[in-house]
Amino acid sequence: MKTVLEVKGLKKDFSNFSLQDVSFSLQEGCISGFIGVNGAGKTTTIKSILGLVLKDAGSIKLFGQEIDQNERELKNHIGIVLDDGYFYENMTIKEMKNVFAPAYSNWDEAVYKSYTERFGLQVNQKISTLSRGMRMKYAIALALSHHADLLIMDEPTSGLDPLVRSELMDILLEFMQEEGKTVFFSTHITSDLDKVADVLILIDKGRIVLNQEKDTLLDTHGLIKGDKMALDDNTRKLFISLHETRYGFEGVTNQKSAVRQQMKGVLIERPTIEDIMLAYVGGDEDDL
Amino acid sequence: MKIIISNISGQPLYQQIKDQIKAAILHGELQEGELLPSIRALANDLHVSVLTTKRVYDELESEGFILTKAGKGSFVAQENLELLRESKRHMVEVKLSEAWETARSLGISKKELYSMMDLLFVEEDED
Repeated sequence: MKTVLEVKGLKKDFSNFSLQDVSFSLQEGCISGFIGVNGAGKTTTIKSILGLVLKDAGSIKLFGQEIDQNERELKNHIGIVLDDGYFYENMTIKEMKNVFAPAYSNWDEAVYKSYTERFGLQVNQKISTLSRGMRMKYAIALALSHHADLLIMDEPTSGLDPLVRSELMDILLEFMQEEGKTVFFSTHITSDLDKVADVLILIDKGRIVLNQEKDTLLDTHGLIKGDKMALDDNTRKLFISLHETRYGFEGVTNQKSAVRQQMKGVLIERPTIEDIMLAYVGGDEDDL
Repeated sequence: MKIIISNISGQPLYQQIKDQIKAAILHGELQEGELLPSIRALANDLHVSVLTTKRVYDELESEGFILTKAGKGSFVAQENLELLRESKRHMVEVKLSEAWETARSLGISKKELYSMMDLLFVEEDED
């Protein structure tokens, strides 16, 4: 598989937060989920990729070319959906589109039209009167109407009801049916990813903590429950996070097969992405 | 073709999918030359990653079960099926001889071993 986007050694310092040596790459044909708690660095990373935040160091390459040196040409290949929308509230849907469309050399009015019809968007409606769900659909219609190869979305699902979220996931899968498409989206609602993601990238406190195929991650990690008698100095080391109560313990391991061999009589369940995320993100106190 | 993925099974996802497609081919449920779903379509239907379905197809191809033609898709391989059935038969023989050795080390008699086998067949018939 081809590399579409490559981020290497990305650094950005703010007074109270910094991105530290963020590196990852996106493969063609894959949906990569970018997860992490609020304030972990997801939006800063995405804004750095898009040049909306000036990076301090590092390289960001799209199709092998440095993005900030060929910005105009390369941005034609990217569709963008940002959390806030960045729309002019007082404009109508049509007016905003007329501002937006000329920025892309390969804008396709027919595609845009088919999306607005499908989503039931009224061209003369003011943006300020759109519901959150409609606003997101409008943003998607704008992002997908210039034949972008890479769709980048920042928290597209936050604040949306489950039905609209699931509709969005279906739109993503439909977009992926065409060959050569790639999606990168950030979220803290990990259940969105259960259905669609191919790769998971976990960021915490400005660092990439995990970057792996989703299915491999779910295969190698386990949610283990059992009697505290099964815990000793050796078996404790197998866990990334461990919670003990009066009745037993529950923990997440990344060495499922070792647990299976060394700990008899424990329950080994398949973790959710949320279990894994919380295990890595919450586990820091033990290391300090 | 039916594919059922278990979340409790200790087997990795790709292995579960691969085994079931293989079984469908060996049982003739998927015909020689039949077009398989694209990796994205299969991934969407099973709610797994395309990287997993890609791995399944890559491995099935290297084992000779399917053929992938660029731009056309993946097909059930035409020729080697006889050979594959033969190799599957060989696998059964290997497993049986393992079972036989274990039985012998535990002092299980030939008669007992046969009756265990009979029992398995009876259970299958009941299903």
